[in-house]
Amino acid sequence: MSAQAEVLQQAFTLGFTYTRTTGLVVGRFLTALRDRKIVGIKGSDGKVIVPPMEYDPVTAEALSEFVDLPDTGVVKTWAWVKHPRGKHHLDKPFAWAQIQIDGSDIPMIHMVDAGDESKMSTGMKVKVRWAEETKGFITDIACFEPA
Amino acid sequence: MRDIAIVSFVQSDCVRDAGARNEVELIMPVVRKVLDNVGLESAQNVDFTCSGSCDYLQGAAFAFVLGVDALGAVPPIKESHVEMDAAWALYEAVLKIQSGQAESALLYGFGKSSPGELPIVLSQQLDPYYLAPLWLDTVSSAALQARAMLDSGEITEREMAEVVARSRKNAKSNPHAQLKGDVSADELLNEPTYLSPLRKHDCCPVSDGACAMVIATVEQAKKWGKPYAVLKGIDHRIESAHFGARDLTKSPSTEAAAKAAGVANGPIDIAEIYAPFSHQEIILKKALGLGDDTVINPSGGVLAGNLMMASGLSRIGEVAMRIINGECKRGVAHATSGHALQQNLVAVLEGA
Amino acid sequence: MSDANKEALEPITGIESPVYLDYNFTAGQATARFLTKVKEGKLVGQRCPSCRNVYIPPRGACAACGVATNEEVELPHKATVQSFTIVYIPIPGNPIKPPYVIANLVVDGANISFLHLLSECKNEDVRIGMRVEAKWKDPSEWGFAMENIQYFAPIDEPDVPAEEIGRLKDA
Repeated sequence: MSAQAEVLQQAFTLGFTYTRTTGLVVGRFLTALRDRKIVGIKGSDGKVIVPPMEYDPVTAEALSEFVDLPDTGVVKTWAWVKHPRGKHHLDKPFAWAQIQIDGSDIPMIHMVDAGDESKMSTGMKVKVRWAEETKGFITDIACFEPA
Repeated sequence: MRDIAIVSFVQSDCVRDAGARNEVELIMPVVRKVLDNVGLESAQNVDFTCSGSCDYLQGAAFAFVLGVDALGAVPPIKESHVEMDAAWALYEAVLKIQSGQAESALLYGFGKSSPGELPIVLSQQLDPYYLAPLWLDTVSSAALQARAMLDSGEITEREMAEVVARSRKNAKSNPHAQLKGDVSADELLNEPTYLSPLRKHDCCPVSDGACAMVIATVEQAKKWGKPYAVLKGIDHRIESAHFGARDLTKSPSTEAAAKAAGVANGPIDIAEIYAPFSHQEIILKKALGLGDDTVINPSGGVLAGNLMMASGLSRIGEVAMRIINGECKRGVAHATSGHALQQNLVAVLEGA
Repeated sequence: MSDANKEALEPITGIESPVYLDYNFTAGQATARFLTKVKEGKLVGQRCPSCRNVYIPPRGACAACGVATNEEVELPHKATVQSFTIVYIPIPGNPIKPPYVIANLVVDGANISFLHLLSECKNEDVRIGMRVEAKWKDPSEWGFAMENIQYFAPIDEPDVPAEEIGRLKDA
C-alpha cells in the first residue's frame, strides 16, 4: 500500500485567446457602440430587443429592422455586489442590473455604478457612462450610472 | 416506448475540496460500487457508458478522457460524454436504449470545482459577445432573478429562508451532505446579505465529488434479478440565451418538460429539485405543478451540497433509490443547466 | 470624437475576446506520490493487482482493468526507446534549442511509456529499441518534477526488439 501523499498544488492561468467574427447583427450593434450609440432590433411581434438578436426568440425568424435608441434606460431588476470578484470590471461595490433602454421592450444586462446599495431601486433611471476610448466591444459601455 | 429500469445509484460525499484526488480517483469508487451493486465486473458488462462533466471546472483539458481510466475500457467499449450534467448523459443513454442500440448503460458524472473560481468559470457559459466579457457570474445572475421574484411579489425573503432551513434539516439524514443542521428561518434572516438580495445561505456550496448509475431495459433488470425503479418519462427544454427575453420569475422550460414527461399523470410523493439558489426551488415547485402533499428535496437538495455536472443525475438517483427502498411510489426529479435555470430536465419515476 | 479615426469608419466584423481563467491545480494522489519519490531521485511506478502491469507515472488506476492500483514498485533508471521524434520547430517558451529528440521511453520493468528528452548522441542515430539511461541533475536542483532528469542518454547495451518493448499484456 502506498502511503498518503502530500497534496501538491500549482497555480496556473489557462488562456483562451479567441477572436470571433460578429456576423452582421452583432457587428452593427458593436459598430454603434464604437460611435457611442445604442441600436436595438425589432422582433417579429414589434418589440425592440437590446442588444439585438439575430433571430426572434419566439418565432426563430431572422431579424433585420434596426432601431436607434438613446443611452438612457430604466432598471428592471438588480443585484448588489458587495465584494467584487477579481475578474469584475469595477473594483468597488456595484450593481448588476437588467436595464430597459428607453424605447426598447427587452432589457439588457450591464453594471450600474451607484456608489451605495441605498441608491439602487427597481424602476430607477440610469444613463450610459461611455468608456474613455471605444473600440466596438460590449465594455464600450463602461457601466450605467444613476440619471 | 420501452420502459427503462434504474437499477443502481451511488453518490460520493460532497466535499469542499477533494484535495489530492484526480478525476479517476473521484470516479472509481462510485463506479466500482454501482457496478458491484448489480453484480457487474466492469463497464465491459454494460452495452453503453456515458458521462457528464466539464473540463473548465478544474481547468484540465480532456479530464473527461482521463476519467475513462476508471472503467476498464480494454478492449474498447461504446462510450460517450456530454459537457453537461450527467442527467443529460442519462438522456443520451435513454435514447440509445429506446432506439434499440443498447439494453443497459453505465452513467456517471463528476465535478472537481475546487481548483477554480466556479461562479467565474461558469460566467463563460454565457453569450460570448454581450455577456461573457462582462464576467456575469452565476451568483449574480441568480441574484437578479431573486430580486425579480421579490419585486413581483411571487416570494418573500422569509420563504427563501424557509427553503434553506428545510434543506439543512433534511440533509441531517443524508450522509453525503456538506451543509446540514438545525437552523430557523429567523436566524437565517438575521444574516447579512452576500450578493443582495441573496444571503450566503441562499446559495449552494461549491463541492467536489461524483455519482454513478446503472440503467437497463426492464427485461435486462429482471435477468439481473435486482430491484429497480421505472423511468416513466423524461424530457428537457431550453430558454433563450438573451436574459432580457426571459421572464426570470417563471420557468416555462421546466413547465414544458414536466408536461412532456407526464408529471401530472398521477400523484407525486417526492420531488428532488435541482435548485442551486433558494428562490429557484419556489419557481420550480410551481413550474412542476407540485402541491403541498409532495415532499420536496428529502435529501436536502443541492443547497446541502452541489456536485457540478453530477447533481442533476443525483436528483434522479435519489428519487430512484427511495422508490426502490419502498419509501414512496411515484416521484419526480429535476436537473438544471446554465444560468438562472436556463435549461431544465424533468424525469418521472415509478415503482416496478 | 477623439477616437474617430480612419479605422473607425469600417464596420466591426470581428472582436478579440481573450479569456483567462485562474486555477490551483492539485495533482492526484498517485501523481503526488510519484512526484514525491522523483524528488528523492527515485522512479516509483504502481502495479495493477489484476493484470500485474506496471504503470509509470501512475494515475491510480489500471486503465485496462478499471481497478485501483496502489502497490508501489521502484524501477531502475534504464529504459528503451519505444518511439521518438526529432523536433525542428521552436516552441514558444521552451528553452531547448531545436533540433532535439523527444522519445517515448519504457523504463525497465514498466508496461507503459512516458515522454522525455534524449541527448548525448547524434539525432540521426536514435532508433526504436535503443537502450538509454536517465541523467539526473544535481540533487540540489531536485523538485517535484520529471525535469529532475535532465535527459536520457544512450548506453552500450544491445537493442531490444520492437515487439518486446513494454507491450501491454493481453487484457
